Amino acid sequence: MSALVSVKNLTRTFDVSRPWLNRLLEGRPKAFLHAVSDVSFEIEEQSVYALVGESGSGKSTIGKMVVRLLAPSEGVIEIEGTDLFREPDQERVEKIRTDIQMVFQDPYASLNPRWRVRDIINEPVTARGGDGTGLAERLLEQVGLSAGDASKYPHEFSGGQRQRICVARALASEPKLIVCDEPTSALDVSVQAQVLNLMSDLKEEFGLTYLFISHDLTVVEHMADRIGVLYLGRLVEEAPRDSIFNDPKHPYTQMLFAAAPKLDAFGREVEPPKGEIPDPINPPSGCAYHPRCPFAIARCTLERPEMRQVGGSRVACHVAK
Amino acid sequence: MAQALSNREVVLSVRDLVVEIPTRRALLRPVDQVSFDIGAGEILGVVGESGAGKSMTGNAVIGLLDRPAHIASGEIWLNGQRIDHLRREQIRKIRGKEIGMVFQDPLTSLNPLLPIGEQLRETILEHLAVPQREAEARAVAALEEVGIPAAAERINSYPHEFSGGMRQRVVIALALCAEPSLVIADEPTTALDVSVQAQIISLLKQLCHERGTAVMLVTHDMGVIAEAADRVAVMYAGRLAELGPVREVLTRPAHPYTTGLMASTPLASKGRKRLNQIPGAMPPLARLPEGCAFHPRCPRAEDKCLQDPGPSLAGCGGRAACWFATEAVA
Repeated sequence: MSALVSVKNLTRTFDVSRPWLNRLLEGRPKAFLHAVSDVSFEIEEQSVYALVGESGSGKSTIGKMVVRLLAPSEGVIEIEGTDLFREPDQERVEKIRTDIQMVFQDPYASLNPRWRVRDIINEPVTARGGDGTGLAERLLEQVGLSAGDASKYPHEFSGGQRQRICVARALASEPKLIVCDEPTSALDVSVQAQVLNLMSDLKEEFGLTYLFISHDLTVVEHMADRIGVLYLGRLVEEAPRDSIFNDPKHPYTQMLFAAAPKLDAFGREVEPPKGEIPDPINPPSGCAYHPRCPFAIARCTLERPEMRQVGGSRVACHVAK
Repeated sequence: MAQALSNREVVLSVRDLVVEIPTRRALLRPVDQVSFDIGAGEILGVVGESGAGKSMTGNAVIGLLDRPAHIASGEIWLNGQRIDHLRREQIRKIRGKEIGMVFQDPLTSLNPLLPIGEQLRETILEHLAVPQREAEARAVAALEEVGIPAAAERINSYPHEFSGGMRQRVVIALALCAEPSLVIADEPTTALDVSVQAQIISLLKQLCHERGTAVMLVTHDMGVIAEAADRVAVMYAGRLAELGPVREVLTRPAHPYTTGLMASTPLASKGRKRLNQIPGAMPPLARLPEGCAFHPRCPRAEDKCLQDPGPSLAGCGGRAACWFATEAVA
């Protein structure tokens, strides 16, 4: 298997400065928020790669850059060996873009309420001049709805059904890669199971590759083949699913797993994690996790740890072994 | 139910509560025949999917139902006093004093234009007969108790100056500052990150056990329930489906809905390729099926479930409202 997506040293900064007059009067410098810093990973064809992290860790920003909704500040995203932002051959760029689709978190906000379901699902094909006759009906049946639903409007469906419509729309252009940004966070547990099962089935059937973005570790453990853990815009650990869940190396990953609620932890009395995610505009020096880390040593406050191989995992930590 | 509480003083007692919303098309019942007790120092978890009526039950208890929703029948008793038929001014005295509230989004439950100290002092002065200076000291103490560092300095900060987790701590301080006997926490950690959620859950548990406050913890997250609650009530389509000690309900569910709900969490299907799923979705209130509301999705449904909703909770040992539950429990 080869890498479908290859992300190298990806960085994205946002200008969060005050307006220029305020800066001038108050004598403040420009301020930048590093949403994603120096992130590298590869996604194998027909696998599920999950990005996990808490809010502000940059997982959605990476997803948006992969589907080209945002441009990277630095670094390269190669899809099928082509960097969509630098490739001069526009025809090839257009062709590869049809191979990438996205499913968003909120199925209430991501469907146009004034469009019929048929038009919503056909849009990725008709926008490129294709013929969408009968396509929506076929896809609706594929995602567990009925062909007759094609002439309805989004408000006639429940949250889970809407997310199925979003999945059907993502499938319309016969993509290879689907970026799923928290696809089940807005759904109830019993409906979440239905949508996750559907996504697994479709992956087998169409040979899809998923970039799966989630904060829910139980969902990630179920879906992912490989997992990247993000903290404050940096990848702190990256490993195959089983090694990361059985033997998390990075102290942040360990904390994240320990803090997640468990179904068999009745009346569990554990020391809750300390501190909160720091301000991303002025992140701590050295390793960004050091103020909360129980294993921090002097070196952690001074020097940022580089990604290194520890066992089967890639870990950015001075202490992990 | 009664035996589980025998060694505790009952703080809140809800009996056959029915909430109705008259609409042009139909009379909706978002809460239907719900009964439960919460004892001092106990955390009762209320779980269910969206629209199951869990928040509506909480709002009915604190008298915050929005018109046209109203309590149609049933009784709510708080520390031996009946509170469901009180007038607005009377329930206002109880709200905040006897019942504290923690809502999902801490930013919208705090006044953005007032420093947090001002909001704490206001609540304390309104409900406790203490002088101004004493109120000030109590406000600082309340913030210290919920783990806000440098409370004395931060008391004049505005809500936007706090992070999400710290804001939720402020809301908890606000809920507890008049020393209520009951706290209703409606999805208190849903808007928070995993690590902060663990902190808030642990704080709620600790405060509740130390002070003997009864807590009604409304959430959709089974994991949170497992860690925090002593007993759990499972709601479906406005009715209580199951009620019992958390360990028993989660490990040996008696109602088919609870069984399905537990099986469909990714944790329970560990190592399996597919998750167990409950077919279909919860029906809208306007189109509830005849008989047991769960029967169209239930793998065990028989003819009798289609006509008759089955025994009420009290009718089968207080565990689950289902024809097949009695045998499961016995």
